[in-house]
Amino acid sequence: MLIVTEHFPVLVIVISMLSAFTILIAGRWNKKTCLPISIATISVQLFMALFILNQVITRGTIHYRLGGWAPPWGIEYVIDAFNAYVLVIVLFICLLTAIYAKRSIEREQPHRIVPFYVVFQLLITGLCGITVTGDIFNLYVFLEIASLAAYALIAVAGRRALKASYNYVIMGSIGACFYLLGAGFLYAVTGSLNMADLSHLLPPLYENKVVQAAFVFFVVGMSIKMALFPLHIWQPDAYTYAPSAVTVIIAAAMSKVSIYAFIRVFFSVFTTEFIRIYVPIATAISWIAAIAIIVGSIIAIMQSNLKRMLAYSSVAQVGYIVLGVGLYSTQWGLYGALMHILNHALTKGCLFLVAGAIIYRYGLWNIHDFVGLGKKMPYTCAAFTIAALSMIGVPPSVGFITKLCLLAASLEAVEYAFVAVILASTLLNLVYFWRVIERMYFVKGEGEEEKEIRKDEAPMSMVLPALILGSLCIIVGILWLAGTETPLLPVVDHAVNALLGTGVVAAP
Amino acid sequence: MNTENSATGEGKGGDVIVETVSRLMVPFIQLFALYVIIHGAGGPGGGFQGGVIFAASFILLVIAFGIVDAGDRFPEAVNTNLFSVGVYIFAGVGLLCVILSFGAAQYLNYGFIPLTTHFEENRALGMDLVEIGIGITVMAVITSIFFNLVWKRESEEEVGEKEEQE
Repeated sequence: MLIVTEHFPVLVIVISMLSAFTILIAGRWNKKTCLPISIATISVQLFMALFILNQVITRGTIHYRLGGWAPPWGIEYVIDAFNAYVLVIVLFICLLTAIYAKRSIEREQPHRIVPFYVVFQLLITGLCGITVTGDIFNLYVFLEIASLAAYALIAVAGRRALKASYNYVIMGSIGACFYLLGAGFLYAVTGSLNMADLSHLLPPLYENKVVQAAFVFFVVGMSIKMALFPLHIWQPDAYTYAPSAVTVIIAAAMSKVSIYAFIRVFFSVFTTEFIRIYVPIATAISWIAAIAIIVGSIIAIMQSNLKRMLAYSSVAQVGYIVLGVGLYSTQWGLYGALMHILNHALTKGCLFLVAGAIIYRYGLWNIHDFVGLGKKMPYTCAAFTIAALSMIGVPPSVGFITKLCLLAASLEAVEYAFVAVILASTLLNLVYFWRVIERMYFVKGEGEEEKEIRKDEAPMSMVLPALILGSLCIIVGILWLAGTETPLLPVVDHAVNALLGTGVVAAP
Repeated sequence: MNTENSATGEGKGGDVIVETVSRLMVPFIQLFALYVIIHGAGGPGGGFQGGVIFAASFILLVIAFGIVDAGDRFPEAVNTNLFSVGVYIFAGVGLLCVILSFGAAQYLNYGFIPLTTHFEENRALGMDLVEIGIGITVMAVITSIFFNLVWKRESEEEVGEKEEQE
């Protein structure tokens, strides 16, 4: 067994790819085999990811040389605490989404079950690939796999989703092109594509304009992919019109992976020294993030479509993460950003699961129609409320921790404007979530004053994932605040150290 | 040329010159495709380019002999299986390296497939196997894309959409 475990970094991708094509063949024979194969694969992947995480914590960074070729020439998979942390989050969300997708897709796309699961599995392949690779060109390849799969999954819904998907294709392709240009520039200057190798070769070339241009291309390209504020225009439509299950995986898993790639290039290919001295971009990025937080929240308040409101809320949440990245020089900045990756995956995953469940059961998407929903769907609405509280940042939740970290970072950087922004956005969050919660629980419908409202929940396979994510928001928060011997703390600490230390960690 | 035939619509393609020339060219195109695939390990070319050339030979046949006929000869199910088979070959060769060396070699470390006694020869042969897998997948996918572009099949998706609209 010991020997097999060494190959987990590559197996996590390979079995996903094999499974996608197995689903294709098995699905032609019997449609009902798609879901079990998909869930089995993701479970195995999640197990591998947890094992990798454990190994990274106990034994340090994992290096895997594909085909036995030494790093600067061959492709190398490098997994440190940050990769493993993101990998576990992403696969966990994927697993819950796969379970959730069963009923959701049967209802929304009954004729495309087989293609859905094939492309879904390919999307997961791409996401895992981006996360484990230590090679900037390989990252681009997986980025394209994941993006193409996402375009297809969004377009599945037809009609308005086609336009949303087309927008995403154009914007996403520009983003990927910028990333590729950046990688090409670096290759032209250094002759290497390996991240660790680049971080050694680049420092003498930091004054080179080509290197600086490459950095800017990377930042802008990845900003499009992760929907940072001025470049977010593809995102609300894509999230709103995609099938429910697809929205969950794109909002909760795929945006996290884009942010992972952004942070990885930021700190591991380039270094903090480069960002501090040669391209002083940190302050600018923090301000963009601050604007994103405020604008995203304000636009979210104006929405009446629940999914669209959550989409704009995501714009604001990406702002939080980037704000943390911009404040990397403080003690809590990057820590807060990484915690917020977890927070946003849990809460936004949960909220979109609930939005999908409400659409599944009652076909409601307009917030004004949610009257009395709290009694009709008690568990679903409970999950929504918990996740909303976490997003607002009410104490025992994980959202409170990230806001605390970001506040501490802003205070340490003596940027009181950011403190004001975070506090103001908390109020704005409260406003737009309260609208929904108020309708669910407190507003009485006309003419149904004391009438008994029949309880009619969404199916178990849709409610349970939402409840799991909702309760995790609280559990993680309490564990953190209690300061007990949780495995989570060292993971995030390790991840921050890996990023701010010597890059991807020098090859042994 | 013989436009009357196609204008009346009785023939399926039906142009003697086009049909004969295509029939003559196809074996050469396919041979060249195989050369590009096999040569890919040591020179310009490879599975992707070879696969595209191979698919081009099919597309030539389709254009020469008419789409309806050719469509019946390349059922979608065969294409689906073919592009899965290609991926299986690719991933399978990679996994074989791990399995046959009992986990000592990395994924896609071809040298450890015991086809011959020489490490380097194994490596070259392993690459060829992988290129063949890639070639099959690319050929099947390109053919499939071509069919989907030129010929509207009554697939289950479209039936589904019609039901939805009603």
